[in-house]
Amino acid sequence: MDIWGIVIESVVKILFVLTIMLLTVSYLVLAERKVSAWIQSRLGPNRVGWGGALQPFADVAKLLLKEDIVPKAADKTLHTLAPFLAIFIAFSTYAVIPFGPPITLFGREINLHLADVNIGVLYVLALTSLGVYAITFAGWSSGSKYSLLGGIRSSAQMISYEVSMGFSIGGVVMMASSLSPVDIIESQSGWMWNAIVQPIGFITFLVSAFAETNRLPFDLPEAEPELVGGYHTEYSSMKFASFFMAEYANMIIASGMIVMLYLGGWQVPYIEKLGLGSPFTQIIQTLSFFVKVGFLLFFFIWVRWSIPRFRYDQLMNLGWKVMFPLSLLNIVWVAVVIMLFN
Amino acid sequence: MPVKKRKKDLNLMENLYIPEIAKGLALTFKTMFKPKVTMEYPEVKFQPPASYRGRPVLVQEESGVERCVACGLCSRVCPALAIEVRASETELEKERYPEKFEINMLRCIFCGFCEEVCPEEAIVMSKDYELVFTDREDAIYGKDKLLVPVANLKDRLEFLRNFK
Repeated sequence: MDIWGIVIESVVKILFVLTIMLLTVSYLVLAERKVSAWIQSRLGPNRVGWGGALQPFADVAKLLLKEDIVPKAADKTLHTLAPFLAIFIAFSTYAVIPFGPPITLFGREINLHLADVNIGVLYVLALTSLGVYAITFAGWSSGSKYSLLGGIRSSAQMISYEVSMGFSIGGVVMMASSLSPVDIIESQSGWMWNAIVQPIGFITFLVSAFAETNRLPFDLPEAEPELVGGYHTEYSSMKFASFFMAEYANMIIASGMIVMLYLGGWQVPYIEKLGLGSPFTQIIQTLSFFVKVGFLLFFFIWVRWSIPRFRYDQLMNLGWKVMFPLSLLNIVWVAVVIMLFN
Repeated sequence: MPVKKRKKDLNLMENLYIPEIAKGLALTFKTMFKPKVTMEYPEVKFQPPASYRGRPVLVQEESGVERCVACGLCSRVCPALAIEVRASETELEKERYPEKFEINMLRCIFCGFCEEVCPEEAIVMSKDYELVFTDREDAIYGKDKLLVPVANLKDRLEFLRNFK
C-alpha cells in the first residue's frame, strides 16, 4: 500500500466523521428541544427555516456574537483551557468506534473506522475519564462557588460510575476475548448481541453511560435549580457553546459505545441469508448502525424529560451499592455462560 | 430511635426502579402524540372569556355619548392613581360629563376596582390585552381611545349583572 493512499483515505474518513459529528451535535440540540416540547404538549422551535430546521445555525450565530466574559476571580489559563479540553476529548474519542463493515472502493479495502486500535475499548475509557478534567478545571478555575460545587460533584460522580462501567465492559471483553472494537462487534453475529446474552451488564452500562455524560437523571454537575449552571456558570459565548457541544458529542459517543458493545455494532442479524450482494449488504449494515445510534440518542433525550433528578446521596448509593455489585454479578454470569456453551 | 416507616413501603418491583421507569417513559411517549396546547400568537389569538380583566374602557351609548357622569369614584378608588377625571356640565339629562378622562396605562394594574365602584356601569374591563406603546406619552389614554361602543361590551356587562 502506498503512503499517499493511506493519507488520503484517512483524511477523507476524518473529514467525514467530523462533519457527521458536528451536524449530529447541532441537530441533536434541536431534537432535544423538539422532543422536550412534544413531551410537554408544546410545539418547540418552529420559526427559523422549515419547521425550525435552521434553528441550530441561528443559535450558533447568536452565541458567536455574544461577549466572552472571564470573571476577575478566575484563573485565566485554566478557564480558557477547560472548554478546549472538553471539546477535544469529546471529538477525538470517536476515532475507534467502527460505523460499518469493511467496504471495497476504487479497488482498496476500506475499514469504516478511523483507527483499528487493538485496545480501542481502553482508549475510549481513558479519554472519557480525561473528560472529568475539563469539567473539574472549569469548576475550579471560574472562581465561583457554584462552579466549584459543580466541578466537585462531577469528579465524584464520574469516578464512582466509571467503576461499574469498567466492570460491565469486562463482561463484553470476556465474550469477545479481545479489547479491539472490530473483534467485539464480530463476536456478536446473529442474535448473539451482548444486550441479550448479558442483560444485567447492559443495564449497568446504560445507567453508567447516563452518569458519565452528565445527563438527567444524573446531571448533578449542572443541576440548574441548585447550582445556577454548575461548572459552566461563569462561561459565555463560544466557550459555553464548547461545553454544550461537548456534552452532546459525549452523548453520541456513549450511544456509539452502547451500540458497539451491546447491540452488535453494525451487524444486522441474518442479513447474509437475504443474499443481497456486496454493496447493498454493507450499506444496510452501515445504516443499521446509524439507526441504532439514533434510537439511543432519542432514548437519552426521552429519559431526560421523563425522570426527575437524583439526590446526591441517592446517586452515590446507587453507584456503589447497586451498580457496582450488579456489574460484578454480570461478570460471574458471563463466566458461567462461557463455561456452559463453549 | 426506630426508623419511621412510610405509609406504604415500596414493594420489590417498585424497588427495582426499572418497571417504574418504563411506566414513566410510556407515559411521556404517549404525551408526545397528543394534541399540543401552544397557540401560535400572532397568527392565532387568544379569545378571553367574559370574566377577563383587560384594558379598562368607557362605555359609549348608542347615541354616541359616554355613560360616565364624572363622579370621580374610579379616580378615588384607583390604588395606582392611574385615572384622572375633570367634570363639566351638560344640557343632557345626566347633567355632568367628563370633560377630560385619562388613564395612564403604565400605572394601571388591571385590578378592576374602577369597574366595581362605578355606579353607572360606565367604566368596564374589556377583553383587549394587546397594549403596546413606544413612549410614555402614548401610554396615557384619553377619551378618544377609551370610548368603546356598548355593542362591543355586551359580554362584560352581562357578566357584571350576573356576578357583581
